[in-house]
Amino acid sequence: MKLRVKFSKHGVLRFIGHLDVMRYFQKAIRRAGIDIAYTTGFSPHQVMSFAAPLGLGLESNGEYMDIEVNSLTSSPDFINALNAQMVDGIRILEARLLPDNAKNAMASVAAARYTVAFRKGYEPVFLTEAVVDDFFGQSEIIVTKQTKKGETTFDMKPFLFACAFDDAQNTLTLIVDASSAGNIKPSLAVKAIYDRNHAEFNDYALLITREETYLNAGTQEVPRLEPLGFIGSDFG
Amino acid sequence: MRTLALSDDILLKVEKPARYIGNEVNSVMKDKDHVDIRFAMCFPDVYEIGMSHLGIQILYDMFNRYEDTWCERVYSPWPDLDSVMRERNIPLFALESQEPIKTFDFLGITIQYEMCYTNILQILDLSKIPFHACDRDWDCPIVIGGGPCAYNPEPIADFFDIFYIGEGETQYRPLLDLYKACKKEGCSRTEFLIRAAQLPGLYVPQFYEVTYREDNTIASFTPTVSGIPGTITKELVTDITDTTYPEKPVVPFIKCTQDRVVLEIQRGCIRGCRFCQAGQLYRPVRERDADSLKEYAIKMLDNTGYEEISLSSLSSSDYSRLEELVNFLIESCNEKKVNISLPSLRIDSFSLDVMEKVQDVKKSSLTFAPEAGSQRLRNVINKGLTEEVILEGATLAFAGGWNRVKLYFMLGLPTETDEDIRGIAELSDKIAMAYYDTVPKEKRNGRVQIVASTSFFVPKPFTPFQWAPQCTKEQFLEKAYTTKRAIMEQLNQKSIKYNWHEADASVMEGILARGDRRLCEPILRAYQKGCIFDAWGEYYRHDVWTETFAECGIDTSFYTTRQRGLDEIFPWDFIDCGVTKAFLKSEWKNALDERVTKNCKEQCNACGAARFGCGICTVPRITNL
Repeated sequence: MKLRVKFSKHGVLRFIGHLDVMRYFQKAIRRAGIDIAYTTGFSPHQVMSFAAPLGLGLESNGEYMDIEVNSLTSSPDFINALNAQMVDGIRILEARLLPDNAKNAMASVAAARYTVAFRKGYEPVFLTEAVVDDFFGQSEIIVTKQTKKGETTFDMKPFLFACAFDDAQNTLTLIVDASSAGNIKPSLAVKAIYDRNHAEFNDYALLITREETYLNAGTQEVPRLEPLGFIGSDFG
Repeated sequence: MRTLALSDDILLKVEKPARYIGNEVNSVMKDKDHVDIRFAMCFPDVYEIGMSHLGIQILYDMFNRYEDTWCERVYSPWPDLDSVMRERNIPLFALESQEPIKTFDFLGITIQYEMCYTNILQILDLSKIPFHACDRDWDCPIVIGGGPCAYNPEPIADFFDIFYIGEGETQYRPLLDLYKACKKEGCSRTEFLIRAAQLPGLYVPQFYEVTYREDNTIASFTPTVSGIPGTITKELVTDITDTTYPEKPVVPFIKCTQDRVVLEIQRGCIRGCRFCQAGQLYRPVRERDADSLKEYAIKMLDNTGYEEISLSSLSSSDYSRLEELVNFLIESCNEKKVNISLPSLRIDSFSLDVMEKVQDVKKSSLTFAPEAGSQRLRNVINKGLTEEVILEGATLAFAGGWNRVKLYFMLGLPTETDEDIRGIAELSDKIAMAYYDTVPKEKRNGRVQIVASTSFFVPKPFTPFQWAPQCTKEQFLEKAYTTKRAIMEQLNQKSIKYNWHEADASVMEGILARGDRRLCEPILRAYQKGCIFDAWGEYYRHDVWTETFAECGIDTSFYTTRQRGLDEIFPWDFIDCGVTKAFLKSEWKNALDERVTKNCKEQCNACGAARFGCGICTVPRITNL
């Protein structure tokens, strides 16, 4: 049976990298006594996969991992058992049973929604609702990003699904492509806004929270973003 | 949520920020307003090394069981953070509370190897604690050192208020009670230290005076305060089954050197290898009861979620109920999908059988530590491993599918000749030969892989070799070349790979290991010139050390290559580790006579440890007087 587990990651957990979070969960699952399935072979390991790696320094309310279990009682039992093993900064939010034919978490990821706040003393004075609307209203947004092979320049617009500024909260909300094929880092989009307004960009100014990770419940042509747990169901 | 000592911009800039944030599973948080004593426990090396150390885990657990004490951890900031902390004047902090070390009552430093001495100064410096104990007042924590290097604390004597000689489980409670009483009475720091110096096993260096002869050896070593002992006897736990052991060890987020549950099955060793300091310091051998170990194993696995468990001891094969314990672990670990790692096991049919059950034979390799290449030299060092036993073990293993062998040797052992060194190559060749004789061509999976590694021998205090001259760097390197050439001459040389260690650091280790108080000054100067992380090849600066010794007018050969007289007073002679100097002397003589001494299970050799009245010493055996 495949489960999709949603969790949040805050506070000092921002400084724990993706691979270490995986190692952390492998141990937590053992401590919680969850009847997880193991691969066969000489060095069996837990059947577990994560949706989308979260960069160092980012917080999240919408992380997902898939695990396979041999038996289970109920969603609340599972959540409570695992939460009893969590350290400060990481909470299990939901656990949903997946249909047998579900694609794994990583392959399912289509998009992610981020909230970008600004560190004290680094608030951009130029940012307003109008400035951001103007930015998002462009027909193409040419950006340059660093890759392993060097720099590439491309049009970000097709990968940027929503972009809005909240004047009252002084926060940006972004929905960007987070699939393995077209993943956009939120800071790249924010940098493009700064660049368009000739403002000096500093990565450190941003306090980024991933709010949700989405799959595409619609079609290629008419996408419909739903949280990654959408295809699962509560159990027990 | 806790406030971190380091700001986000620093944590995002340094390598592995998880080293500095605490919050790990099973780390202990307490309300600082509800404890009397704040204890910072330090391993003066990087987090991943320090977190792998069992001793600290035991003491961390013990202290935190005390309701009036909160024990936290601190490790050496890696050079990247070190420079940021200096630049921005950030004081060193403990992982749990993230509060400055200077505000603690105690700073306990475990001293596991000589090459960490400058890191101790880094810890003091970043904590803003004066380097010299005599310059500290009640604004500073009591700095207390322990661990194997505390058995010759003299090269770092100036930097510590107290050294704790021996096993930590016994005297900390009385020390903490004394501290509380002294604080209540409003005692001076000096008064507290005088009273601490009267507790068993505690050494307060500032109350002892050393005088030297013209030849630079020690003339006298005497207490300067009345009522404190001239000899410090090591502390030890007589019944180690009955002592505390961490059921819930801290589980780090990042991968550490020791990434598993560690079960200490016994302390001490019956073997008496003459180069080995641990084998003498931790006598007598004391076993933990197998039934309680089984319970610990299950609890610790359940409480940590580790995927692997390892047995810890100096020589696991000598544990009397090993087979029963290992079979229990195999059974319960199989259920839990947990691996078992079994270091320091003698290769025989039992261990091969176990390894076959718990490890992937194709991936694992066999390890032998003959330490010396010839039987003659193995007799000198009292390493009771014969060529016959090695070849038998290897043949068994080859028949069982293994085809990789690791061999560990030392170069520069007392009385070593080129003939002994060639023995390393010849033994390696014979093992290769055994493979080709045992495994028929069609069953071979390529060539047998033999890796022979040599380290350079460093004589240590409290061993029979404490009188032995150490080799010079040139001699060391010559010996490594001789080994290399001898291996090249072997028939199966293509199956043998040879590794040797760097020689400079071994010479340095030798200076510090048998050093005296006069080394405090060059150690501090070398630190002030930027030496830290000397145990890390990439940071070790031999040129700076050499220059510093010269500036301080110290002839380092006095500590290394000099032939020591049998009646010389050593800097560590004021410590009584149980084993007597007379016994070590007779062992030194036995070594030169190439005479083997039986192990503690075969007969009692009257080493002196029997006076502790515990462990193997209470088992009736023949006594050799």
